[in-house]
Formats: sequence, structure tokens, C-alpha cells
Amino acid sequence: MFKFRLYVAGDTLNSMQALANLTALCREYLPNRHHIEVVDLLREPKRALADGVLMTPTLVILAPSPARKIVGTLNQTQTVLRTLGLGTLVV
Amino acid sequence: MKSAHFPFLESRTKAQTGIVGFDEITGGGLPRGRTTLLTGGPGSGKTIFALQFLVYGAQYSKEPGIFVAFEETPQRIVANFETFGWKLGKLQKKALFILDAHPTPDLIQSGAFDLSGMLAGLGAKAQEMGARRIVFDAIDIVLALLPDQASKRREIYRLHEWLLARELTGLITVKADGDEEISLGRHSFGFMEFMVDCAVVLNHRVELGVSQRNLRVQKYRGSNFDENESPFVIGKGGFDVAVSRMLGRVDAKVTKERVTSGVKRLDTMLGGGYYRGASVLITGFPGTAKTTLSGAFAEAACRRGERTMFIGFDSDGTEVIRNLTSVGIRLHRYVKNGLLRMISARTITGSAETLLVRIKALAKEHKARCLVIDPVSTLSKAGNELTAHGVAERLIDWSKADGITLVCTGLLDEKSGPTDGGTPLQISTLADTWIHLNYLVQAGERNRGLSIIKSRGTAHSNQVRELILSDSGVTLADIYTAGGEVLMGTLRWERESAERVASEVADVAGKLRRVSLDAEEAVLEVRAKSLQTELVAKKVEKTLLTRTTESREQELSRGHTRMRELRGGDAAAPRRKKAS
Repeated sequence: MFKFRLYVAGDTLNSMQALANLTALCREYLPNRHHIEVVDLLREPKRALADGVLMTPTLVILAPSPARKIVGTLNQTQTVLRTLGLGTLVV
Repeated sequence: MKSAHFPFLESRTKAQTGIVGFDEITGGGLPRGRTTLLTGGPGSGKTIFALQFLVYGAQYSKEPGIFVAFEETPQRIVANFETFGWKLGKLQKKALFILDAHPTPDLIQSGAFDLSGMLAGLGAKAQEMGARRIVFDAIDIVLALLPDQASKRREIYRLHEWLLARELTGLITVKADGDEEISLGRHSFGFMEFMVDCAVVLNHRVELGVSQRNLRVQKYRGSNFDENESPFVIGKGGFDVAVSRMLGRVDAKVTKERVTSGVKRLDTMLGGGYYRGASVLITGFPGTAKTTLSGAFAEAACRRGERTMFIGFDSDGTEVIRNLTSVGIRLHRYVKNGLLRMISARTITGSAETLLVRIKALAKEHKARCLVIDPVSTLSKAGNELTAHGVAERLIDWSKADGITLVCTGLLDEKSGPTDGGTPLQISTLADTWIHLNYLVQAGERNRGLSIIKSRGTAHSNQVRELILSDSGVTLADIYTAGGEVLMGTLRWERESAERVASEVADVAGKLRRVSLDAEEAVLEVRAKSLQTELVAKKVEKTLLTRTTESREQELSRGHTRMRELRGGDAAAPRRKKAS
């Protein structure tokens, strides 16, 4: 099971792209074994400093451990997959 | 923290930085509620400047601040800045927040990102703690992660807008490599300078092996400012920017009080001594007793009970004391009772600016009222030629403003002739009193001559005096000018003793003459007396003579009568009687 938390800043372009990229990636490579939590820092600004997330969008991979962070729109699918340890799936 | 608080610089539109000198240059500090860009090369002091701005705000201006650290972790910043005596730990609880924003090395990046999250978080934090100041330290680090120019620009604008919207006084620091002139225009965020309201450039150069730091305000919208490069040093208390006296600053208090130079005759020559708070320059070649004269001044000051500081660049304090003891100047006891502080700065290297800052700090610490710098020409050591003049100016300006009587000695180059009286520092034009010492080589000996070249506001002697050092002290003697030639030393002594002999001879001759006159007088008196006696005798004789004549005449006439009687010519012809 993959647990993701995506920090976004409202509906800014980068944030929206990241969310779209993440859902697409999950649908393709991790069907039915993922969970995405979206945190909007504009609504919960205190979490930025509390969680140490300063750049948006930031994807935090909560499970499987160890926790990792990916910053950006996630437009490079390969980088994301490699970070997830799914590099071999890519043909 | 060392901060000068200038109430007259307080302004509603400016946020004081508390940085000595900077608030004066900018007329009050950074633009309040606006953004300032601070650029500088590595090690130019950007972080210190920024942090000092926050610490001052938190401590003195009731303006809490946020420090966003892109480069270092908060722990390291706090540790690094403990040395300045800023109580960051204490401030951190309430008035200062340091945000750890440095990108971790294992950060994985995929695609573009922005700083909205951070700004949202900071916005909440700022509101929570009521922050009025914010620093983004080394923003270039995070910008470097952005893929293209356009997104970098976008983020900078985002930041700018955010700052403006919250009316925070913002300070953004950015690296510039080496020479600002070349790099600033080229680096990718050069346009920031156009965007911000104030831009400050820090510069760190090495000239002939000596480090020189400069600060320059490049622009300041809506305010006048000092456009020149101002040297600064990073001292114990943080930044110290050297500023020349600004117009409109209150003039130093002027007093008519005189202080003795330590040499009685010199005081007479100066019409009563130096003015209190004056700056005195004593120039001369090596060995002309410059140190001795300044030592005499120091001793006299200590005797009056004034706190005095003696900074020697040539020899150790103990050496100076020993050497001065040989001419009857005893400073030892004053060092012991704490009135006098001897500073040996022989080995201190560094820019003239650094020296000045240290001198100021030491003098402040000692609460010195009299200060001796021996020799001040050290300021213009290699690598400092360009700045030394300005430093000397500020030295004098500072000592005047603080009412410190300053005596500095100036070493003259042996090569420059004795007629060329100027000093390399051109301090001579600034000094109030200029005493020049030189040698006169004559008849196989070297003697010291002292003259006052100028002394503002005091009547002073135009005579050259010979300076004599003996174990009983320093004295000045008249020199002899004979036939257009100046006599000093042995020649003067010869002349003096010759004159003594001559006057003795004259004295004796006079006495002799008096004796002989006395004798003559006595003789004459005796003669006069005998003549007087003779005169009396003569008078007696004369009286006798008169009387004798009279009686004979009477006798004669009686005889005649008798004869007529005897001849019986007349009726009554009595008996004959002879005249007796």
C-alpha cells in the first residue's frame, strides 16, 4: 500500500499539475494500492512550518518507509517511479 | 550588542538597523514596510548584517522578526552569532524566529515548484508573533533549484508582492561573486535591484594583503543617502560602518580649558598648554623624542587624575615605561593604579579601519580622556595608503566629538628632507597643534630641536628651542643664533659658559672701579676738610688783622691829639700822654 501526502498551495498552476500527475501515475502504476491525502497550505498555513514543507507542491511518501519528499510538479514520471522503488516497472 | 541609538535618526518611514554608521548613511535605516536587497561576495558579512537588523529590531524597536535561513541551519546560526554577544537564544522565544529553510541534500525534485507554501506558512507565523521585520538569507540557494529564468523571476515577484502586502520590512540577501561591478549585472536575479526599494552592496577586497571591507548604498527610493563606499569592520559587536561626519550633526563641544603638555616650557610656548579635546601632532624623525614628549603628556594627565590610554605601535608598553623612566617620566605607578592603560599594538595587522575600531573600543572601555597614539603613521602601513587618510580624519573627528585630548606622533621618512614637513597621512592639516622635532647635526653632535609649526587658537612662540632630555626630565632651552648660525648642544654650552666668564670679568672690573672711585672720593673729602680748616684760620687771621689795624688807627689819632695838646696850640692842652 502506498500512502502519499501532497502539499499544495491552493489552485496554483504548479500544485494543480502535481495533483494531476500524481493521480495519473497512481492510476497507471498503483491501481487500488494507493492513498492520496491533499494538504492545502493556503488553508492550513501553519502546517508549512510545522511539517517543514516550504516549497509547493511537495509530495511526501509516507509509506512504504523511509519517508521521502519530492518537490515539483512531478512531471518526470521516471524520477517519481524510481523514488518509489518502482523503476523496473518502466519499460 | 553594540548599537548606537540615535534618537534623532528615528523616523516613521525607516526601520533602524542599529548598525553603527549605517543608520547615519541612510538617514535612519532601511525603508520601513519595503524590501531591501543586500548583495555581496562570500564572507562579505551579509548574514551578520541581516541578523543584526533583526536583533536590533527585536531588542530595541519592539519589532519582532523572522529569519529565513536558506543556507545554514538555525542551530549553526545561533552558535555562530553567540560570539557577538547577541542573546539569540533568549530572543528566539518571542521576538525572533529562525526558519530552517535550507534544502536537504536528499531533496528530490521533479518539475517546477514555487514558494507559495512557505510564504503561506510565514504569513501565519508573522501574524502569530506580530513580526515587523523579515530576512530571507541567501535566497539564491533556493532560486537555483528552479529550472528556468522565468520561474525564478516569478518567485521573486511573488516574494516581493507578499512582502508588500504584509507591509513587512524585508531584507533579502543574495550572493555576488567577487567584484560586484561585473557580477551583479550578469547574474540571473540582477533585475531584483530594480524591483526593490533599497539596494546595499557589501564588498570585500584584499589590497596588498590587507583585507578591506566596504559598504555602499546603491539605491534608496524616496530618500537621500550617502552614495560613497564606506569602509566597515565586523567587530565584536557586529557591524561597524565608518562614516565621516554628516552635515547637520551637532558640533563637538568646544572648551577653552587648557591641559598641560607635561613640559613646562612647552606650555609657555603654547601660551598655556594644549586645549582640552584638541588633537596634537608631534612629528619628527626616528629618535627625536616623540615618544618622550607624548609620555610627558600622559604622565601629566595621570597626575591630574585623568584616565589615559597610551597606544604604542613601536614597542611594548613595559618597554616604553622603562625607557621613559630614564628621562624622569614615571608611568609605572599609574599603570598600577589603573589610570593609565598601555596598549602594545606592534603586532596587530589589519586595515586602518580595523585599527580605528579597536582604538575606539579600547578607549571607550577605559573611559579615556587623554589618548596617545605612537605613532599614528602606522595607520598608513602597506595596503592602507588609500584608506589611512580617511581613517585619520575620523580618528580626529571621533576624539573631538568625545572630548578626548589626542596626542599622536607621526614618523617622518628619513628620506624626505627636513623642509618637507608634511606627513604621509596629511593629518597635519587636521591637527590643531603641530609640534615638529628635528635634528641639528653640528660640530660632531646631534641635537634635538623643537618648534611649533601651528597651534590653532593659541598665541604660540615662533622660536626653535632645544629639547634636552636628562634623567630629571624634559626641558627646553633657548638656542643661540650667532652670525646666522644656530647653536645647540655643546656649542650652545660653550657659548653660554663663555658668556658667563665674560660677565664675571665685567662684574669684577666694575667692582674695582668702584673701589678706586671710593678711594678718590675719600682723598677729596680729606682735602676738602683741611681746606675748610685753613679757611677758618684765614678768617680768624683776617679778623685779627682788621682789629689790629683799627686799634692802631685809634692810637694814632689819639697820638695826634696829644701832640697838638703838647704843642699847646689849643686852649685845652693837658699833660702829655703816650699811646699805649
